[in-house]
Amino acid sequence: MAGNKPKDSETPPSYHVSQDDSHPPERTISLVGRLALIDASRIHADLLKGVEGEAVASVTLDLSDVEYLDSAVMAVVFDIERIAKEAGKKFQLSGLSEAIKGLLALVDPEKLTAAATAAKKPKRERTLAQIGGGVLSFLADARAFIAFVGDATIAMVGSVVHPGSVRWRDTFLYAERAGADALPLVGLVSLLLGLILGFQALIQLKQFGANIYAADLVGLSVLRELGPLMTCILVAGRSGSAFAAEIGTMEVNEEVDALTTMGFDPVRFLAVPRIVALTCVVPVLTIYSGFLGLLGGLIVGVGMGDLTVSAYLIQSQKAIHLWDIGQGLIKCEVYAIVVGLVGCMRGFQARGNAASVGQATTSAVVTGIFLIIIVDAVLTLMFQYFGRG
Amino acid sequence: MAETTEIATAQTDAAPIAERPVIVQVRDVVVRYGEATILDGVTFDIHQGEILAILGGSGCGKSTLLRQLIGLERPAAGNVLIDGDDITAAEGKEQEKILRKIGILFQNGALFGSMTVAENISLRLLEYSDLPPAIIDAIVRMKLSMVGLDDIEYDLPSELSGGMKKRAALARALAMDPRILFCDEPSSGLDPISSAELDNLLIQLNRSLGVTIVVVTHDLASIAAIAHRAIMLDKSVKKIIAEGKPADLKEHNDNPLVKNFFNRVAESGENLNIRPGKEKR
Repeated sequence: MAGNKPKDSETPPSYHVSQDDSHPPERTISLVGRLALIDASRIHADLLKGVEGEAVASVTLDLSDVEYLDSAVMAVVFDIERIAKEAGKKFQLSGLSEAIKGLLALVDPEKLTAAATAAKKPKRERTLAQIGGGVLSFLADARAFIAFVGDATIAMVGSVVHPGSVRWRDTFLYAERAGADALPLVGLVSLLLGLILGFQALIQLKQFGANIYAADLVGLSVLRELGPLMTCILVAGRSGSAFAAEIGTMEVNEEVDALTTMGFDPVRFLAVPRIVALTCVVPVLTIYSGFLGLLGGLIVGVGMGDLTVSAYLIQSQKAIHLWDIGQGLIKCEVYAIVVGLVGCMRGFQARGNAASVGQATTSAVVTGIFLIIIVDAVLTLMFQYFGRG
Repeated sequence: MAETTEIATAQTDAAPIAERPVIVQVRDVVVRYGEATILDGVTFDIHQGEILAILGGSGCGKSTLLRQLIGLERPAAGNVLIDGDDITAAEGKEQEKILRKIGILFQNGALFGSMTVAENISLRLLEYSDLPPAIIDAIVRMKLSMVGLDDIEYDLPSELSGGMKKRAALARALAMDPRILFCDEPSSGLDPISSAELDNLLIQLNRSLGVTIVVVTHDLASIAAIAHRAIMLDKSVKKIIAEGKPADLKEHNDNPLVKNFFNRVAESGENLNIRPGKEKR
C-alpha cells in the first residue's frame, strides 16, 4: 500500500510511444506502460502525430504491452480512429488484452468512431420563433390563469355552501403567517413611505406657503393608492412566493396527486384556505399601513412644516372621506385575491424538479406584482368614471 | 511502480481477492448523532478489485457508514483510509486528491437538474483536468456508451426515465475513472430487468477496469449476483454482525438476524408465514 500516492499532471508520463514505418504505407504505433486519464491529453497529441502524414495509408495501434488502460484513454483512441477515418486512412487495434476486450465489449465502437459524429446539439431558435414562442406561452399562461380562476371560483362557492369543508385550522395558520408575521415589515415600509411623501410634498408646497396641504396629499395618496399597493406588493413577495413554493414542492413530491387520488379537490384543499386567509388579513394590514403612513406624514409635517398636530389632524379629517378608505379597501381586497390565486396557480404548475419550484416562486411574485399594477389601473379608472373619484 | 503492478493485477483479475492489497481500511469507526450512537466501532478492509456489499435492515446505519467512507461526514472516533490516506482527517487539497480516486452513485442519481447529461459528466473533467474540449466530449460519449446510453448528451435529467437517470449518474461517477466506486442502493426504484442490467454493468466495470465497488443495499437478488463478499450491520449491536461470501452467509450462518435477513423472514411473522419480507415497525 505504501507508495500508492496520486500523481499530479506535472509528473512525467507513465507510458512510452514508438513508431514503426518499416512497411510503408503502413505504420505501426506502439503504446507501452500505463495509460490513464492524467496522460490523456499527451496520448492524444502523440497519436495525432502518428496518424498524420501523406505517406501513411494505414495505421495499426499496438496495445500488447499496455499495463493499464482506462476508459478515458479508450475514448482518446476512438477519437483518433475517427480522425484517421475522416482522413481516409485505415485504423486498427492489435494486441488487445482480455481487460481491454472487456472494456470494448461495454461500448459500441462503431458509433463512437463514426466519421460524422454530428451530435444533435440543440439548435438556437431564431428571433422570430422566439417571439412567436413567447406570445404562445403568454396566451397559454393567460388561459391557464382563467381556467384556474374558474376552478378556484367553483371551489370557493363549494366552500361557502359547505363552510364545514374548509380547512379552518390551515386557514388560521396561513392568516397568521401572511398577516401577523408581516406586521413589522409592512409597518416600517408604510411609516417610511409617509415620511418620504410628506417630505417631498413639503419641499414643493413650502414655496407657496401651502404647508398645510401636505396633510391632504399624504392622506389621500396613502389611503387611496400607495397603502394598498405597497401592502399587497409586500404580501406578494412574502406570501405569494411562499404559497407557490409550498404547493410546488407538494406537486413535485406527488403529494398533490396523492390528494387527488384520495378524492380531494387539490384546489379546495390547498388553494381555498390560502386565498381565504389572504382576503381576511390583507384589509387589516392595509388599514394598519394607512395609519402608519399618516403618522409618517404627521411627523414630517410637524417636524419640518411648522404645523401643529391638531392643525394637521383637522386638515386630514377635512380632506379624507370615508369613500377614500373604502376605495383602498376594495382595491386591496382584489389584490389579495390576485396574489393568492397567482401564488397557488404557479405552485400547481411546478413539474418535475427543484428548479421548477424555484421558477414557480419567482413567477408567482413577478406575475402577482404585474397583475396588481394592471388591476390598480383598471380600478382607478372605474372609480373615476363610476364612483365619486 | 507498486501502484501500476497492483492495478494491472486487479485489471487482469489474476490473484484471489483476499490476497490482493487492501485499498480501503475502516478502523474502529464510531458515529454519534447527539446522544444517539449509530455505529459503535466498525472495522473492516476492502481489497483492490473487490465488490463488497454492505447490508443490513433499514436504520442499521449502512448509509451512515457510507457517508463516513466518502468523507461527507466525519466519525466521532476511528479512521477511514482510502489508498493509504485518511479521508476523515484530510482537508482542502489533500481531501480533493482522495476524492479524485472515488466515484459515487447516489441513491436517486443526484444529477444536477439544471445541467444537461453531458455537462453533468464533464463537470469534474473540466475542473480537475486540462483536457481540451474535443477530448472531453469524446470521454463523455465513451462513458455514456459504457452505461448503454447513446444520443442523450443534450437531454436534461428531467427528460430521462428512472433507469436512464441511474445510468447517467453512473456515467458521471465514472467520469474520472475512479479506482473505487461507491453505490448507495443502486437498484432502488428500478424494475427487475433494469436492476439486473445495472448489476451486469457493475460486474463488467469491475472485471474490465478493475474498479473496486462498494455497494450499500438490501436487495438480496443483487447481493447474490454481484458481491464477492458482504458485511452485515445491525442496529441492536451497532456493529458488523456477519462477514463473508453472500452464499455462505445465507446457508451457513447461525445468527438469527442474518438468517432472517437472507431468508426474508419477518421478525413477527416467522411462524405465521404471512407477508414475508414486510418490515416490523
